[in-house]
Amino acid sequence: MFPKGTKRKFSDSGDEPAAGDEDVNQPSSVAVRMLSSYSLQRQSLLDMSLIKLQLCHMLVEPNLCRSVLIANTVRQIQEEMTQDGTWQIMTQALSAANAAAQCSADRLVATEVLCRQTEGGVTMSTVSPQAPTSYLPGTFGMDPCWEEENGEDEEEDEDSEECGSGSEEGDSDRLVEDSRTAEQVFGTFEIKNPAPSPDPALEELFSDVDASYYDLDTVLTGMQSAPKMGPYDLLESLSSHGPSPLSSSTSCRSDLNELDHIMEIIVGS
Amino acid sequence: MCEDTDTTRTLNHGFLRDHNYVTEADIISTVEFNHTGELLATGDKGGRVVIFQREPECKTEPYSQGEYNVYSTFQSHEPEFDYLKSLEIEEKINKIRWLPQQNAAHFLLSTNDKTIKLWKVSERDKRPEGYNLKDEEGRIKDLSTVTSLQVPVLKPMDLMVEVSPRRVFANAHTYHVNSISVNSDHETYMSADDLRINLWHLGITDRSFNIVDIKPVNMEDLTEVITAAEFHPHHCNLLVYSSSKGTLRLCDMREAALCDKHSKLFEEPEDPSNRSFFSEIISSVSDVKFSHSGRYLLTRDYLTAKVWDLNMENKPLEIYQVHDYLRSKLCSLYENDCIFDKFECAWNGSDSVIMTGAYNNFFRMFDRNTKRDVTLEASRESSKPRAVLKPRRVCQGGKRRKDDISVDSLDFTKKILHTAWHPTENIIAIAATNNLYIFQDKFN
Repeated sequence: MFPKGTKRKFSDSGDEPAAGDEDVNQPSSVAVRMLSSYSLQRQSLLDMSLIKLQLCHMLVEPNLCRSVLIANTVRQIQEEMTQDGTWQIMTQALSAANAAAQCSADRLVATEVLCRQTEGGVTMSTVSPQAPTSYLPGTFGMDPCWEEENGEDEEEDEDSEECGSGSEEGDSDRLVEDSRTAEQVFGTFEIKNPAPSPDPALEELFSDVDASYYDLDTVLTGMQSAPKMGPYDLLESLSSHGPSPLSSSTSCRSDLNELDHIMEIIVGS
Repeated sequence: MCEDTDTTRTLNHGFLRDHNYVTEADIISTVEFNHTGELLATGDKGGRVVIFQREPECKTEPYSQGEYNVYSTFQSHEPEFDYLKSLEIEEKINKIRWLPQQNAAHFLLSTNDKTIKLWKVSERDKRPEGYNLKDEEGRIKDLSTVTSLQVPVLKPMDLMVEVSPRRVFANAHTYHVNSISVNSDHETYMSADDLRINLWHLGITDRSFNIVDIKPVNMEDLTEVITAAEFHPHHCNLLVYSSSKGTLRLCDMREAALCDKHSKLFEEPEDPSNRSFFSEIISSVSDVKFSHSGRYLLTRDYLTAKVWDLNMENKPLEIYQVHDYLRSKLCSLYENDCIFDKFECAWNGSDSVIMTGAYNNFFRMFDRNTKRDVTLEASRESSKPRAVLKPRRVCQGGKRRKDDISVDSLDFTKKILHTAWHPTENIIAIAATNNLYIFQDKFN
């Protein structure tokens, strides 16, 4: 019997159905429902946090305190999911998905998934409602932050400022809906309806982005036999091409940075 | 001050800007009385500082005594651009701190994210007249017209308030400055950013000492930042800083040059029954203030205000629930980022009452002795002169009285983050977005 009073309190709905309301003859289904409801909420919180870390204002430095708090929350969720075993499932599935997608162009588009909204209602999209074909400056917002130009005194750059309106509720709903099964748990990171064929220019830009910077957790926990995925590994798995030489990606990134910046000024966002 | 009013809280003066919309640059970002309470300074997002001065009491008009009027306005900080990082440096004034007055002029420190400035505020109410070589407009006189010599005399003139920057303390902070605090030695002050605290001498701008550094070698290991810091009001070697994990550290500068090791660590053990994914975020301390006596610390985290005794590290002396009805709404508040709002807190002059802001333009006061508390609202409706503020109540379902506000109809865009209490009298300054309210207690 699932213990009453889950030890983690969660959301403002706050009302997980009391076991007493349900048909007592089916305690297990209630337990399952409560458990999956908790998992859904936890997953939605994880997704929300990752979005917050991704979005940033290009022109003003993000708030370090906020970034750190959100990153800690993500880490906490990850730890709990690791204990539950859910994390393993998710990472295995993600790697499987990546392996399958190795040769397809979809993975290139996947990098934009995090930061763009496509017509297909991609989950985990930003709040920016622009048409997908327009290049949204600054959305691939990790760039300025992960620049290695000055070695010391680099802020921890999980840029977390939101770009626009707070319409994340819609996204979260979709995230929750999508996360029905373990398979669909990581489905939140996949494109539901493939985006229109990506701009060749964009493809070129993103072609050798190295996402290994995002590998926060491996530093924290050390590499283990089955590579554990950290908060930023999730992002890596979406854009992974395998590690590329540092220098090329750095220069690519600085180009992106400049381009982002210029676009931002032109577009005036 | 308590709900059955044997004292009334009246509106003394409100500085309400006539905009129907809120200009971003007008949003007040800090409020601070000086040490006598005669002057009140506010800083805003546009980098401006406005100083109000209390009018001397006038026996003939008892109700207009002690009103605050605008004394001076100046542009303290301008927006800057960091070319190296391609990032803007906001001109928003994060904190203002007054120096204790030592002569006729007033000095204050104001800071944005990166640069601290020392401003001198002085009055000029006389000017010399009767120059020999210059005429009234300052033009050089034709010497042939000068037949006799005169001694210039000082004649009264209309009061002019002059503000001039005396020092600029720049380039010492990589991260955003969140606090400044003047030391009781009146010679030094500290500035704290997210990861470091620097000690300055007021007279020296090209050098500062780093006294606290919590930056990890590898930034990826960063899990905690400094959120606020303050010097002890009497002991010039003691300072306290708070962190995003809800801890307070008291440091003694006599122990070592680098105060990374704390003398005392104040931390409340976590309540396991209340644990959630938001526990850490809501435990992050947004403000810390020493009591005037120096014996206690007041801290504010998202849902509570706590009073700590410097002699007791393992738990706070008193805990006050500011808006516990939000505890079940943390997920929404995380979603709309309100959970990251940083509320300030304040002591009254005698350390018997503490005050802090909340949402919906509400602010709360807690009497430490009687254990009573009150919720008041800073709004235009109550801005008529001498209007008594009505205590407000937030209901969470259950019995609802008339004029109660339900939790769901609270306006989370109207937040009172910055409040200040006069050092000796019961006068408070409340910043509500772009409006400043000044309230005063008048005994019937």
